[in-house]
Amino acid sequence: MRYEAPDTIKAAVGVLSKARGTSRILAGGTDLLVQMRSGMLEPDLIVDIKKIPGMFDITSEKGGYRIGAAVSGAELGEHPKVRKFWPGVVEAVELIGSTQIQGRATMVGNLCNASPAADSVPALITAGAVARVVGPKRARNVPVEEIAIAPGKTSLKKGEFVASIFLPKPKARSGEAYLRFIPRTEMDIAVVGAGVSLTLNAKGKCTDARVALGAVGPRAIVVDKAAAALIGTTVDKATLDKLAEICSAAAKPIDDKRGTKAFRIKVAGVLARRAAAIALKRAKG
Amino acid sequence: MGAVHISTTINGDTVEYICRPDESLLDVLRDRLGMTGSKEGCGTGDCGACSVTIDGRLVCSCLVLGAEAGGHEIETIEGMADGDKLHPLQQSFLEHAALQCGICTPGFLIAARSLLERNPDPTETEVRYWLAGNLCRCTGYDKIVRAVMDTAKDMKKKGRRNAA
Repeated sequence: MRYEAPDTIKAAVGVLSKARGTSRILAGGTDLLVQMRSGMLEPDLIVDIKKIPGMFDITSEKGGYRIGAAVSGAELGEHPKVRKFWPGVVEAVELIGSTQIQGRATMVGNLCNASPAADSVPALITAGAVARVVGPKRARNVPVEEIAIAPGKTSLKKGEFVASIFLPKPKARSGEAYLRFIPRTEMDIAVVGAGVSLTLNAKGKCTDARVALGAVGPRAIVVDKAAAALIGTTVDKATLDKLAEICSAAAKPIDDKRGTKAFRIKVAGVLARRAAAIALKRAKG
Repeated sequence: MGAVHISTTINGDTVEYICRPDESLLDVLRDRLGMTGSKEGCGTGDCGACSVTIDGRLVCSCLVLGAEAGGHEIETIEGMADGDKLHPLQQSFLEHAALQCGICTPGFLIAARSLLERNPDPTETEVRYWLAGNLCRCTGYDKIVRAVMDTAKDMKKKGRRNAA
């Protein structure tokens, strides 16, 4: 195995483009090193991107924020503005692993590891986050929901990697929340996750919404029908019931050691309803 | 497999080593530098026995490559006591009998010190959540949590005395 730590994006792309065999990006390493140790993965090349300027930066941009690929969960959670603007994203990222894992694990890594149960992904989707993909061609901006395509697989092409994630400025009177179910309170992987963001007008009617579910399909599911059910309403009880019903219907889970299919379908609705209630409260301020 | 030459700082001392590119920082500490205080429990970031800090940030050294550690400030359990004088947390762990077999203890101490540096007056809930990534299969955690809470109380008292 070769270890490279280039100090520019161009150099990193160059090394990745030329590499034969299996290459992996190293930022926090909390998934990569576990996969290597378990024998699941034997990369021929590791490209550590942490020497590239900007990878640890959280910078304001057009009223939103750009989060570098190597920013850890702990650093993200300690940023007061990011916490205030995107409580759903921050609570999702902070659910990942222990204090030690938070010290290294990154949001971009969570996205690119492409686990169906990745906690940050439904929250990033509902926040309208956009990944900056760099590679041999021009850098492109890709909605986060288009990065993972199947468990462990991404849409990134050879030589490409995600350099940062842009979180666009939240609208006035908007709120977001992420909830997940695990059988205990800490240190586990989502059985179901649900993210909801919504925006209200001055009269308290929902004008915009996004709903995404995690761990109930091969990748996070964007539930447009659920968002449509919220829009135009005051997000009252009947609307929340309908939202839950739509989310349960949209969930396409499997039975596995963490939960049954039937349980996950039910819980997808319950969590979406609860997340929407929290998002509503946050939107009202 | 090309070896990597690394220069870094461990417990305030400049240290140089050569390691394989796929070798963990934990393996470098234990097998190349003879610093066997950090333990390997799971090797997958679940148990916290290998906890160290890098630039003040608590991490599992089993999930860091030795090759990445160049140019950083690493703190391990070997740097916790000041010569023969134990760190207040170490003293408190002894007084509370907050250990049995001792394998998890270095990790708990490093993690607890990191907590108290950030939050000198934690609630029991905060202590328990902060230490959720450190597993102990002997004590049942209560003695460990009490040792940390008591240290925080003592350090606060001493702080007040020093200020007065």
